[in-house]
Amino acid sequence: MRKFIGGWSLMFVCMIIGFMLAVQFRQVQIAKESLPAQRTEELAGRLVQLEEERDELEKQLELLKQEAETSTNSELLTELKLQAGVLPLTGEGIIIKMDDSTRVAKAGENPNVYLIHDDDLLRVINELRAAGAEAVAVNGQRLVATSEIRCAGPTLSVNNVRSAAPYEICAIGEKKSLENAIQMRGGVAETLKVWGIQLEVTAADNVYIPPYKGTFRRAYSRIAEENT
Amino acid sequence: MTKALIGLFIGMILGGLCPISLPASYTKLFSVVLLVALDAVVGGLRAALNDRFSDTVFITGFLTNALFAAFLVFLGDRLALDLYYVALLVFGFRIFKNLAGLRRHLLKFL
Repeated sequence: MRKFIGGWSLMFVCMIIGFMLAVQFRQVQIAKESLPAQRTEELAGRLVQLEEERDELEKQLELLKQEAETSTNSELLTELKLQAGVLPLTGEGIIIKMDDSTRVAKAGENPNVYLIHDDDLLRVINELRAAGAEAVAVNGQRLVATSEIRCAGPTLSVNNVRSAAPYEICAIGEKKSLENAIQMRGGVAETLKVWGIQLEVTAADNVYIPPYKGTFRRAYSRIAEENT
Repeated sequence: MTKALIGLFIGMILGGLCPISLPASYTKLFSVVLLVALDAVVGGLRAALNDRFSDTVFITGFLTNALFAAFLVFLGDRLALDLYYVALLVFGFRIFKNLAGLRRHLLKFL
């Protein structure tokens, strides 16, 4: 091959190319590794995995519960279970259906007031309990002593299970007084209807309340001597 | 040819050692300039085989092309116009054209 002058300039530009190639390679590598998309993928994978694990454990729990039920079944135990809310119940009571307002918020108005919030639900439930409801469930989630009702984004979380509107609150108790407690003048139903929130109360002779399906956790509390 | 390869090698080592990391917004500019440099080298090799190689033409060609391509990308960014692809297309095309010329010349020596 012929020799040519100007090899130096070519070498110089080649050096630049090499330099840029190396920097760019590394750059792309870094970008790939730290891409948020990768993180989301990883998290989604873990979510699926954990959900499978949870379902598996739930099945196990169910099995163990059944075993426990067959082995010990004294009257006291049943009574305690009833109080704790781990048994399904049925009886006379009411079913309340609540849904977000169909009204559209006017310009400048806070659209939040037309949506059902945790405090709306809490007020209804508080009213039910005051009227002597023996068992309450929200969207199939039994309310027990440790149940929470709180907003979780656009949904409500009850017993750490999220559900969206419409909400169905089932309560067992004397249906007449329960209904009256909700519908009374100046009561919850009337206040909520001001905002157009739909609330429908039906009394029934056979309300089914599912049992609490979660677990009871006790990590910090210990039994203590009674303080007088 | 050997000098070019040596240069490439040295550059790669330098780039590997240099702890430079570009902001993500500059990667486009960088890749276009990279393409321009590649084009310049292939064009230069072709010119050299034709015995038409000139240092000044080569260096000025490289610099103006790189600067203008970078400017084009910058401008495209500001105008929300993907001028980036224009530079990529043109220089990619030129690289292949120069490569074809190079190949023909090398085939003559066989």
